[in-house]
Amino acid sequence: MAPDVLRRGDGRPSSPVARIASALEMELRLTSRRLENLFVTLVLPVVLLLFFGSVPVLPAAATAAPGARPIDAVLPAILATAIVAAGLVNLGISTGFERSYGVLKRLGGSPLTRGQLLVAKIGTIVVVEAVQAVLLVGLAVAVFGWLPGPGWDPLVVVVAVALGTGAFSALGLLLAGTLRAEATMALTNALFLLALLLGGLLVPAHQLPGVLGALASLVPSAALADSLRIGLGTSTGDAVGPLLLLGAWAAGATILTARTFRWE
Amino acid sequence: MTTAGNAAAAGHQVAVEPGGPAAGFPGMPLAIEVRGLRKRYGTLVVLDGLDLSVPQGEIVALLGPNGAGKTTTVEILEGYRGSDGGEIRVLGLDPVRDRAALHARVGLMLQQGGITPQGRPRELVRLHARFYADPANPDELLELLGLAHAANRRYKLLSGGEKQRLSLALALVGRPELLVLDEPTAGMDPAAKATVRSLIAELRSAGRTILLTTHELADVERLADRVVVMDRGRVVAAGTPAELVAGSGPLLRFRLAASDGASVAIDSSELGALGAALGGTLAPDGAPGRHRLAGRAPDPRSIAYLADWCEQRGLLLAELQTSGGTLEERFLELIAEARPGDETRSAARDRGADAAVAGRGSEAITGTSAE
Repeated sequence: MAPDVLRRGDGRPSSPVARIASALEMELRLTSRRLENLFVTLVLPVVLLLFFGSVPVLPAAATAAPGARPIDAVLPAILATAIVAAGLVNLGISTGFERSYGVLKRLGGSPLTRGQLLVAKIGTIVVVEAVQAVLLVGLAVAVFGWLPGPGWDPLVVVVAVALGTGAFSALGLLLAGTLRAEATMALTNALFLLALLLGGLLVPAHQLPGVLGALASLVPSAALADSLRIGLGTSTGDAVGPLLLLGAWAAGATILTARTFRWE
Repeated sequence: MTTAGNAAAAGHQVAVEPGGPAAGFPGMPLAIEVRGLRKRYGTLVVLDGLDLSVPQGEIVALLGPNGAGKTTTVEILEGYRGSDGGEIRVLGLDPVRDRAALHARVGLMLQQGGITPQGRPRELVRLHARFYADPANPDELLELLGLAHAANRRYKLLSGGEKQRLSLALALVGRPELLVLDEPTAGMDPAAKATVRSLIAELRSAGRTILLTTHELADVERLADRVVVMDRGRVVAAGTPAELVAGSGPLLRFRLAASDGASVAIDSSELGALGAALGGTLAPDGAPGRHRLAGRAPDPRSIAYLADWCEQRGLLLAELQTSGGTLEERFLELIAEARPGDETRSAARDRGADAAVAGRGSEAITGTSAE
């Protein structure tokens, strides 16, 4: 009874769908085991939502439309925060370490193509974001009785989430593919903090003082948070401007990443 | 130009002109064929006209010191790197242009494991199996490699040898026709090495082709049909392990001792005369009291002369060796010969002497060639 491994295979890969499904399952299993990823993508946004939803300290809450409650301003801000965490921090750091461990190199010698690996990684982000959305929107509804504002526009929300995911995932991969893993970890965390405080996430860019506000209005986190505020009916205005800015960031970061990404 | 193949067929000593060996194996289909491969990183020349032929169904060991260019060669064969010149065919295909077609047919074990610390052996092998249309049974593979007990342990908690075996399992799970293994037994304990070696030998018996790089002479002696010794990006020698050892030729080595057993070195004033009388050049060989005759094969007369010479001085011929060396000695010799005037030459002789004194000289390489 010769072991089965001794028999030569037929030398063919499985179907692309089977390969992507396998890589996606691996990514999801590993993501669920990285506690630091779970903290930044799930725990942190939930804590921020509960805190700022209960304690009206955000200027956004104070200046919202008459009759608005803190949660109306907090939910879009925290959803945007969650997308930045999933793309920039989670994908950036995990990919950076995979590169430094040689995982990307080894997979490069397997039948899984780079495009298929990328699809699996994007799929993982989509799953993470779905969990985030269910948790955050569910808590907002259950704890704070949140409902979308009167002028809400699902299309704007979907486009904002898609472009924001593209922009921040590409930025995470840009760092992961060029810097050492430790540098990627430090820089993504620093950028995340900057985005929270000065990047228009918690405090809308137009409410930041002077030059800080002018700078913040150009960054993708502000564009994402602004489009979500408009899309969810928290603020009124034209979403086209912030969506175009977000799209430009997504396109620019994707092109730059494709040109500079080093697999080992 | 004598080729290793012709030399092997004719039962000769192996050809060692750099760049010369490995040119062709008439009538044998080749799994890997490399001619004049060149690669440089900036100004550093890593591969300098490398020739390499791996016949289908054989195990070829790529042997060389650190920095010889072994890993670079493997990475070029796998399509990870382009070359700066030369021809490369892997299973008849171009490793860069036909990369996608090769990935399901070539199993690769990298030196750096390339496995996420949070991964677990069973899930990793199962998920990799799903990349192939006709994979091996993951559980059986884990069992075979002695990993069943650790199948659900996180990678970072595995021992060094277990990590290596998992890396090998991932290379094997697609049941590829060609295996490229970069230092497959590095960091393993003796039991794990034995497991891996017997599996590699079985894979060969089942018709698989295997190219492995190693520093481990034991891997070569126990597994390889052919050895390609490389240094500084060139082939220094190629042939079967037995041919390589035979290439070192006969030698005479001895240690002298006083009646109380203490080693005695021959006075430098006498060294030249005794060497001339023995028909060669005599030189100290590593440790005190050890000497080695170069330039002349030992024969009964020279042994008798040496014994006489010792008697006249009241010295004992404490150790005497006239057989060919081990593969290890030959390897060190070849590297030293490839680097004239280099420090490693004397180091090679010292280490060769140690190997002989430790009694490994007589083990040589019996029963380790092709079968």
